Amino acid sequence: MEKQELILQINEALAEEFEVEVTDITPEANIKATLMLDSLSLVDMVALIENTFNVKIKGTELTSILTFGSLYDFVYEKMGNK
Amino acid sequence: MERRVVITGMGIYSCLGKTLEEVKESLYNGKSGIIFDPSRKEMGFRSALTGNLQVPELKGILSRNQRVYMPEEAKYAYMATADAIKNAGLDPEYIEKHEIGLLYGNDSSADAVVKSVDTMRNKKDTTLVGSGAIFQSMNSTVTMNLACIFKLRGINLTVSGACASGSHAIGLGSLLIKWGLQDCVVCGGAQEVNPFSVGSFDGISAFSTREGEPTKASRPFDRDRDGLVPGGGAATIVIESYESAIKRGAPILAEVTGYGFSSNGDHISVPNVDGPSRSLEMAIREAGIDLRQIGYVNAHATSTLVGDQNEAKAIANVFGDYKPEVTSTKSMTGHEMWMAGASEVIYSLLMMQNDFIAPNINFENPDEDSAKLNIPAIRVEKKFDTFLSNSFGFGGTNSTLIVKKFKL
Repeated sequence: MEKQELILQINEALAEEFEVEVTDITPEANIKATLMLDSLSLVDMVALIENTFNVKIKGTELTSILTFGSLYDFVYEKMGNK
Repeated sequence: MERRVVITGMGIYSCLGKTLEEVKESLYNGKSGIIFDPSRKEMGFRSALTGNLQVPELKGILSRNQRVYMPEEAKYAYMATADAIKNAGLDPEYIEKHEIGLLYGNDSSADAVVKSVDTMRNKKDTTLVGSGAIFQSMNSTVTMNLACIFKLRGINLTVSGACASGSHAIGLGSLLIKWGLQDCVVCGGAQEVNPFSVGSFDGISAFSTREGEPTKASRPFDRDRDGLVPGGGAATIVIESYESAIKRGAPILAEVTGYGFSSNGDHISVPNVDGPSRSLEMAIREAGIDLRQIGYVNAHATSTLVGDQNEAKAIANVFGDYKPEVTSTKSMTGHEMWMAGASEVIYSLLMMQNDFIAPNINFENPDEDSAKLNIPAIRVEKKFDTFLSNSFGFGGTNSTLIVKKFKL
């Protein structure tokens, strides 16, 4: 999958689940602030990524994923792209 | 000094209607809310009869982060409670400044449990269960959700007393107010309606199999009854001290005057006569009234053979030669279980406010015990000032409430 297509799919999935405007999701934006996630609902983001893209995010990996840009890179890499 | 306990608001979401007016009309016209649900047959149910209820859509009303913790029964409870709080005139500013309590009957959350266990078994990854599962799966899911949504800061407790849960919730709330420990308590009962929640009841042949005639299947006290029909939804009443109601200018709908309770100390599923009798007697004693003041009895009667029989015996024993009208609204609603004790207070209160007694539909022929009671199969136009409502549950838990029109 092209990275741009993956980004669009991630954005759409997150916007639908967390009920935000897809236009609010930008590479530089903070994930927790934009999606209004607390420590509980952060789990739902991890589950959504795993269910949708078959990419598991471990707890230790999650600490370094702060922006959507870092999330795109992580998922893209885990899907076998470098 | 013991304080008087008054009802200042109520709300309901049931198979008889989604508003008090709709429910009143259904009661008045003896309209059944029972349907045949084909999907239950596909799941191997012996009986596919159920109360007809749709899960409310709360998107746009509550945020995603509020809804994610709510199973079906909490959504019903939200609808009923939002109405009750509104009708009671409790606005957010008042709620913020006062410690309003919450006691709600609930005794299962099967659908949430089944779904999260399925996920764990199939995916072998607990993260995929999601953040809502734990809060949806606990018995206290209704009170934890309502307390957070409505910002209630008094007692916050789920009452699990099987099919008497909703009644005990109101009774216990009334005691807290009577004794001065709370000024205002939101009380009620909720019941999930999904197949998972009642499959085990079906498995022990508790349900009527009169599937060809859904609206005739629930027939409490009738000689030819063959089991109960499951139903559900939620019912909420706001109770408070008389002083609190007057101080804030709240509408006073009625007064809770008696709460009786008992345990059979006997069989886990087969009720007896002694336990319910003691519950009735205690409620009458606590209300401090002559039983001849009771103008209507809302029976627990679920349409099971032994349950109805023994309740009829208990009522006949307690009331003797005085025979007020006795009906079971479960003839129309099916058995609303954890919700029933609360919903039946609302059904009875709507009747009392509107001077009628809803029919015990499908009561065509009495048996030896129900013949001793005054059970109208058609609506009775009657003014009454006081009613008694029975709720009994598995394990032999019994609760009886007495409610009267408010008079100074």
